[in-house]
Amino acid sequence: MHVSVQREDFDIAAEISTLTAGDRDIGAVVSFTGLVREMTPKGPISEMALEHYPGMTERALEEIAAQAQQRWPLQGLRIIHRHGPLAPGDRIVLVLTASRHRQAAFEAAEFLMDYLKTKAPFWKKEGDGGKARWVDARDSDDNAARRWGGEGT
Amino acid sequence: MQVLYFAWLRERVGAAAEEVDPGDAATARDLVERLIARDDRYAAAFCDLAAVRVAVDQEMGDLDSPIDGAREVAFFPPVTGG
Repeated sequence: MHVSVQREDFDIAAEISTLTAGDRDIGAVVSFTGLVREMTPKGPISEMALEHYPGMTERALEEIAAQAQQRWPLQGLRIIHRHGPLAPGDRIVLVLTASRHRQAAFEAAEFLMDYLKTKAPFWKKEGDGGKARWVDARDSDDNAARRWGGEGT
Repeated sequence: MQVLYFAWLRERVGAAAEEVDPGDAATARDLVERLIARDDRYAAAFCDLAAVRVAVDQEMGDLDSPIDGAREVAFFPPVTGG
């Protein structure tokens, strides 16, 4: 299990190689990458800033990762989330899950993203060259997290 | 205790972190009321409590969470990561 909150970009292929190195029991790796979209419901953007709560962010991601490991038979997982200034097309987040068979890896990756979106202390601010605005949380994200059940969802 | 603000709460308060004497505040809500009484900046930041989330010592809580003995209380809007 590996969690990183960082300004730097990540290399998906390199991360998958690190995750699977030395474990011949892994039969499935699922990767999710979140990108900055140019078009938003409020028009096109040219920049995004991601703020987070240093310390709590890492703890929240580790807690979410631990929950995924309890619920699914995973051989490993990695979460990388960027912060700082980003632009449309940039990678924001990477979730990798590895398991013997694909179902656990698919489900765990979805769970991790649903929980991350509602429990990890990140805030997005979008700009279009003029006044920047904070992104509103979406009810659909709360609903997505709730479908997994459990406390605090 | 250390009080932290993030996103638009930070902007409205005009500070990311500050040392606050909690006085007899028992919950995060009590602390908010104490801050609002101090300055208009806090009244602007906390004008819509339904949009305010709370963490006590880096654990997600709510406005009714006890803050007795806490080292760090944070206020922020609903999270929008991922």
